[in-house]
Amino acid sequence: MKIEEQTTTEIEVANLIGKVQAYRSGGYRLVQVTCSKVGDLFEINYSFEKDLRFENVRIIIDPDTEVPSISGMYWGAFVYENEMHDLFGVQVKGMNVDFHGNFIRTAVPYPFRTQVFKGEGPCHDRS
Amino acid sequence: MSRQIVMPFGPQHPVLPEPIHLDLVLEDETVVDAIPSIGYIHRGLETLVTKREFPEYVYIAERTCGICSFIHGMTYCQGIEQVMDLEVPPRAHYLRTIWSEYSRIHSHLLWLGLFADSMGFENLFMNSWRLREFVLDVLEETTGGRVIQGSCKVGGVRRDISNGKLTAMAADLAGFEQKLSDLADVFLHDDSVKSRLVGVGNLSKTDAYDTGAVGPTGRGSGVAIDMRMTGYAAYGDLGFEPVVEKGGDCYARCAVRVRELFSSVEIIRMAIERIPDGEIEVKVKGNPEGEYFSRAEQPRGELVHYVKGDGTKHLVRSRIRTPTLTNVPPLVKMLQGCELADVPVIVLSIDPCIGCMER
Repeated sequence: MKIEEQTTTEIEVANLIGKVQAYRSGGYRLVQVTCSKVGDLFEINYSFEKDLRFENVRIIIDPDTEVPSISGMYWGAFVYENEMHDLFGVQVKGMNVDFHGNFIRTAVPYPFRTQVFKGEGPCHDRS
Repeated sequence: MSRQIVMPFGPQHPVLPEPIHLDLVLEDETVVDAIPSIGYIHRGLETLVTKREFPEYVYIAERTCGICSFIHGMTYCQGIEQVMDLEVPPRAHYLRTIWSEYSRIHSHLLWLGLFADSMGFENLFMNSWRLREFVLDVLEETTGGRVIQGSCKVGGVRRDISNGKLTAMAADLAGFEQKLSDLADVFLHDDSVKSRLVGVGNLSKTDAYDTGAVGPTGRGSGVAIDMRMTGYAAYGDLGFEPVVEKGGDCYARCAVRVRELFSSVEIIRMAIERIPDGEIEVKVKGNPEGEYFSRAEQPRGELVHYVKGDGTKHLVRSRIRTPTLTNVPPLVKMLQGCELADVPVIVLSIDPCIGCMER
């Protein structure tokens, strides 16, 4: 099995648009955008690929920080950005298609925003 | 300019086995825009990762989809194996490849049947699903499960296939391939099929790449992206060329899937020929600490399982980016400018798996 090399570059939110624009100009495609809750912060990974080179750009934000949309450069990014908003409550500014919280309908608003307790469940004490 | 009206399509519709909703903006019978919305069956599988130990989560990963379940489990396992630096035995890689390709044939035949049904070609639908039974039988005989296989685990696979059984499987492929040829002949050359698909739901190569189209949706527009080219599992040993069509319409996307049936048969044949003897799993010690974006080629396209561990038995995060989610923006592009009567066929042409998307 061949191991895929993956790089991750952490940047400030202010530099996000410039960095993504560089990928767009370089002919990279957007693979995905992922938000993760790490402690009290949110970690957002933007993944790009060109000729099987897989690269990530990471921003770490406070839950109330507004993130600029990259949908002006990658039109299809609206699915990821609306998903981030609907599941994590991340405010994304300037989305090309904004569903205003109705893209993913969940019974609990922003279900992934609250702190999850690791090990909660029937396997908690299994060693 | 004609007056615009908005027509709802779904979440319940005869061509949709699963719910997705589209607001179609119409001018007369022409679709000028389509606004998708999902979330009718969101299951929250990703949060379960914090409540199940990482080896147990394989079962949940597999249940992300009832069609390509094996590939979901394998992709998750590959991610954990990378984080934990586990070296999976070569035989396990070959077995994973064989089961992945059988899953692909099963998924494509299922889709071809549904696609024929969406065109009103009932006989073709039944013939596609009749052939699919052969694949399900093989999966059941070798893993014990027709839909959920449960044969993949972190560190390898749970079950071996004896060399005698592998030889028998290879022998059975010849007859199966002949039946596939008969089926392919109808999909690729029948006039009624072509008149329904050619020139419908066009997606240019540029739009496909820019909007993030993956799998047969992208390859039908000439975008040669296939994760098997990265060489995961045994694909690096076997060599692989993606199937690409340039038409960019529903016919081209159908043709990619038809041709992939034969390429999958060839991969299985090569894998059976070259599979090495040996162990099928390694012992897993410790807990994952680190992160990895594990990628594989599902029947519908590129699948990403992001796993992040902090050294405990529960992962911090699992994120599953399924191909249907990233094929929604290309679908919107295809629908812009099409006729209302073509919408069901175009929606099905991306092989939407809403269960996957609503993981």
